Amino acid sequence: MFGFTHTDYLAMLLSVRVAVVATLLSLPFGFAVAYLMTYRKFRGKVILDVIVNLPLTLPPVVIGYLLLLLLGQQGFIGKMVLQPLGIKLIFTWKAAVVATAVVGFPLMVRSIRTGMETIDVRLIQASRTLGAGWFDTIATVIAPLAMRGIIAGSVLMFARGLGEFGATIIVAGNIPGVTQTIPLAIYDYVNTPRGDAMALSLCVVSISISVAMLIFHEWLGRRMARSD
Amino acid sequence: MSGWAGAWQGATDMDLRVSVQKRFGTFTIDTNFNVEGERIGLFGPSGSGKSTLVGLIAGLYHPDSGAVFLDDAEIFNSEKRVNVPVEHRRIGMVFQRPHLFPHLSVRGNLLYGYRRCEHKDRKIKLDSLVEVLQIGHLLHRGVRNLSGGEKQRVAIGRAVLSNPRLLVMDEPLSALDDSLKFQIIPFLKGACETFNIPYLFISHSLTEMRIMTDKVLRVVEGRVASQMSLEQLARAYMGESKAGYINLLKLRSLDRLGNLYVYDWGGQRLFISGGSDLPEAFFELPSTDIILFKRHPEAISARNLLQCRVTDIFETGHRLGVELECSGQRLVAEVVRQAVEELGITKENEVYAAIKATAFRRLG
Repeated sequence: MFGFTHTDYLAMLLSVRVAVVATLLSLPFGFAVAYLMTYRKFRGKVILDVIVNLPLTLPPVVIGYLLLLLLGQQGFIGKMVLQPLGIKLIFTWKAAVVATAVVGFPLMVRSIRTGMETIDVRLIQASRTLGAGWFDTIATVIAPLAMRGIIAGSVLMFARGLGEFGATIIVAGNIPGVTQTIPLAIYDYVNTPRGDAMALSLCVVSISISVAMLIFHEWLGRRMARSD
Repeated sequence: MSGWAGAWQGATDMDLRVSVQKRFGTFTIDTNFNVEGERIGLFGPSGSGKSTLVGLIAGLYHPDSGAVFLDDAEIFNSEKRVNVPVEHRRIGMVFQRPHLFPHLSVRGNLLYGYRRCEHKDRKIKLDSLVEVLQIGHLLHRGVRNLSGGEKQRVAIGRAVLSNPRLLVMDEPLSALDDSLKFQIIPFLKGACETFNIPYLFISHSLTEMRIMTDKVLRVVEGRVASQMSLEQLARAYMGESKAGYINLLKLRSLDRLGNLYVYDWGGQRLFISGGSDLPEAFFELPSTDIILFKRHPEAISARNLLQCRVTDIFETGHRLGVELECSGQRLVAEVVRQAVEELGITKENEVYAAIKATAFRRLG
């Protein structure tokens, strides 16, 4: 059953790489947005909330297409930012990272926000009256106490990233060995005569990674609960 | 001032000048007061805005307008756009609940403020504080499985160790049950007295006020309505309370006679039925439970008969209080007007006060 080709292995590696990089890149932004949404009052908060959560409700293909319009050679960001810097994004694995990040971002923000909302505001006030400034309080009280939410958000986003298909195929294409991730490889096999066995094998790999992630998440949660 | 509270010398006075306005929906804080002292109480019913008011002073909330001065420093002034951030005001806070950082050990909690305090201001050290609060054995424990009293002691220690200029205690005892409350009070007072920290003590309990403070600001509907001494406050409440004036006595345990406890009160012996074996205890004695005699009654069932001198007779809301002096101690009894006239009680008169052994209520 597991007669994987070289490009299949590359697809597995790339899937993990894209999901990891997208998660790590999103983490600081996700934390910052969750912080703003939880603790700050500002104009346009509702708009920010809508924008952040939009990818959750939009079809990933739509997101991919919008990203293509934005980041492509004629796109606003593509033309104004990426081209002058000599960065080519579209149809590279980096585009897959961007697509994955955008799609998974709301999941991460939601989890971190939930974590932050459970923090007693008196703890934050206590830290301030004890002489800690805002950044200090964020680093020494808010972040550690929101850790469960941060981890949950990261795991969720990573898992979502592994399965990302619609947005990725549009901005990164489906180039075997270059931008092909597990879902894209499965898609290829399904469309190939007698590719069912290989598609199924890749499904098993995909399921294994997901299960491993969920077990890891559970283990981490229990460990944190014990140290409480 | 009630004699037992004890004079407290050496603490630096705080000088607090506040004039602030702040709207919270339908509730408004609009107050203007100056207060000087070392142990100031903020007294008022719940919902009167005490906590919000200290939040404005500590910098947790921003006044809409006004100014706040602490000692010589202007910490807020809306006109001059002065707004010293909370973390630089050096106003420590102890809340109703301990609110310890759950991810830090007891030691980590205690040192949180200390580490953020400038070196020149680090006058109170961990070792001496740990000794005063008797929490040495807890230092390396997590905070989640401490008892309620231990948690509150750590919370007090954490605030004190941040070496604040002023300590604000927002109902620090009201979440504790009665017996725990009176176990914590000595630590609370002890820490502030040992390290000379002036404090603002918030409570809606008259008893707590009389034990913890020596001057009281009465807060009514979002403003400081008046400043009064504890004696004025106790007399004012005498008119409203069924039990009349509550005498507070701090007594030293002497002996036990059958089911009675013998306590020392300024050289006199008091027989009390609800005592305890602790060396010292607080008791409440309602003024309505004291009976006055013009002459020594030969036979009487009450266990305590004290020879006293009348030092004052005062009226508060249809009640008549008689202030007595018994070998250096103060006591307030309550009588009706006719009794005063019949007994001919006047200032400097000698009278006998009879008190049943069951009239004393032990606090804690």
